[in-house]
Amino acid sequence: MAIVFEKPKALANVPLHYCPGCTHGIIHRLVAEAIDALGIEGTTVGVAPVGCSVMAYNYFNCDMVEAAHGRAPAVATGLKRAMPENIIFTYQGDGDLASIGMAETVHAATRNENITVIFVNNAIYGMTGGQMAPTSLPGQVTQTSPYGRDVKHCGWPVKVCEMLAQLEGPEYLERVAVNNVKNIRNAKRAIQKAFENQINNKGFSLIEVISSCPTNWGMTPQKALQWIDDNMIPYYPLGVYKDRSAEQEKA
Amino acid sequence: MAEKVLMKGNEAIAEAAIMAGCRHYFGYPITPQTEIAAYMAKRMPKIGGCFLQAESEIAAINMVYGAASAGVRVMTSSSSPGISLKGEGLSYMAGSDLPALVINVQRGGPGLGGIQPSQSDYFQSTRGGGHGDYHMIILAPASVQEMASLTFKGFDLAEKYRMTAMILADGTMGQMMEPVSLEMGEINEHDKSWAVTGTKMARKHNIINSLSLIPEELEQQNFDRYARYKKVEENEVMYEEYLMDDAEICIVAFGIAARVSRNAINEARAQGIKVGMIRPITLWPFPKDALDKAADTCKAFISVELSMGQMIEDVQLATKCRRPVTLCNRAGGMIPSPEEVLQAIKEAKGGLE
Amino acid sequence: MAKVTFATDLCKGCGLCVEVCPKKILRLNKEKLNAKGHYPAEMTDQDACIACAFCATMCPDCVITVEK
Repeated sequence: MAIVFEKPKALANVPLHYCPGCTHGIIHRLVAEAIDALGIEGTTVGVAPVGCSVMAYNYFNCDMVEAAHGRAPAVATGLKRAMPENIIFTYQGDGDLASIGMAETVHAATRNENITVIFVNNAIYGMTGGQMAPTSLPGQVTQTSPYGRDVKHCGWPVKVCEMLAQLEGPEYLERVAVNNVKNIRNAKRAIQKAFENQINNKGFSLIEVISSCPTNWGMTPQKALQWIDDNMIPYYPLGVYKDRSAEQEKA
Repeated sequence: MAEKVLMKGNEAIAEAAIMAGCRHYFGYPITPQTEIAAYMAKRMPKIGGCFLQAESEIAAINMVYGAASAGVRVMTSSSSPGISLKGEGLSYMAGSDLPALVINVQRGGPGLGGIQPSQSDYFQSTRGGGHGDYHMIILAPASVQEMASLTFKGFDLAEKYRMTAMILADGTMGQMMEPVSLEMGEINEHDKSWAVTGTKMARKHNIINSLSLIPEELEQQNFDRYARYKKVEENEVMYEEYLMDDAEICIVAFGIAARVSRNAINEARAQGIKVGMIRPITLWPFPKDALDKAADTCKAFISVELSMGQMIEDVQLATKCRRPVTLCNRAGGMIPSPEEVLQAIKEAKGGLE
Repeated sequence: MAKVTFATDLCKGCGLCVEVCPKKILRLNKEKLNAKGHYPAEMTDQDACIACAFCATMCPDCVITVEK
């Protein structure tokens, strides 16, 4: 019998601490699958964020660094500048990347820093128990927006791919989701491309992954995946927001 | 005798760092230390190094964190308000046991303060500066020569003990020009097996991390770190004595304050007052034993500082408050004049009679 | 011939595999608790499996291995 599907080698053989049905695990697996497919585990260094995926450093078999909240792109910059031949990726949530670490994100992008950024957007702060995130939807009820996110009071969600696409710097920006098999397969392709871009010295690639948080959304895992289709994707449309190499080929 | 070149203090730091093998510099402009960044920007591309102007002090120290994780010699430089911003990164570097060199060319505070020289970050630096239990090795140069030699040594100490070392200078030291010998000696190699350079599929993954959710484990890490700090305290204290053999009065001063004090001491000696000086070169570890021993014979101590009186507390602790310690200080960017220090010496002398 | 195996003790009983299976041959076993205290996923009709690996694709915890 041939293996059709098994756990990727780059993923450590330890149980993940995530809640039942949390799609962080799927995204971890896709990153590990890309590392396996490209044969880069031995040269890859990952940077974990602060947030639910803070312990991602235990889950990948490559070398790992745990960064301060929001600083992963700066830490990755230091790593990449010190070791240009190594493959450096960050794995960050929405609070980490789009709130406290916004400056680091924007400037790594505008420098076209040759790193791969995996940005998990689940529209909430999970680790601290479900507070409003920079990406929480208008009207979304969270612990710190108990009457629903009032955009007149606390502003609008940040659309990271759309915003970064305005910069000259970044090489590749794509938004994907992991709420069904088709979307997961597409996410896998995008994540692998983001690593390939780095191998080919093309520069900053960010994959925004729309993810679920059943626990803090107060839903079953199944309902949470449906909520992505019904609410998240309409606000955060999937697709490629920037692909400089493709644009240059066309031109 | 080694050939000497005339250099500005800030430039001496930058050149000595390059001689120490530092090829990575990340920083953000702030007066009065920007010459360091400018020097690095010019030199690094010529020698295969990396100068990168970060988007903020916070980003700069985290780039240092990343490069230090890779095991390379890396530095950043800033001045007081910028060092406050770096506090987060400095704490994480301590928690992850990463070596690096940080330069603080101090200016007067608090807040935005001014751009004139100060020593008012003494507490901040000698006590760690960020959150949590930790120390940095704090080196206080009092000449352009020491700006260079302590920078060179700072990299070595940082790697030897897996700590951040900091040059605590001030605006005067940074701008001052003096002849410098750049003969620094050999670079010592230290173990880097902890660095995240990629597993090459030949070892278990390395993790650079300061998170530890199990209190028993976090406590043990703190114990282990402080055992290492104890070795630093035992082995790395540096200070200079000046005319201490027969001194009745002991001045304690570092950096520019020590240079001013030296002039005042010479004048006081000419007037027959037996005064000497202990100049701490390491502010952490502080030369406690030297001061304690001095308190056996000296009857009074004067702490000369460019602050509202910060090091004076360490002088009182080191001498176990056995002798009166007075403060001779200016703040906010002002420097005590030799006359002011001489006056303080005379007052201390008067107190003894 | 397809074979699906579960690393049962890693299962958190989220049921995403059950939902996505086109043959509807997976279920959570409510009769048993795994080491983590969850009702683990299991196969009810191995012969009907087409090895599409949808279950493994949706599983957040890499519980499932699929062979053919």
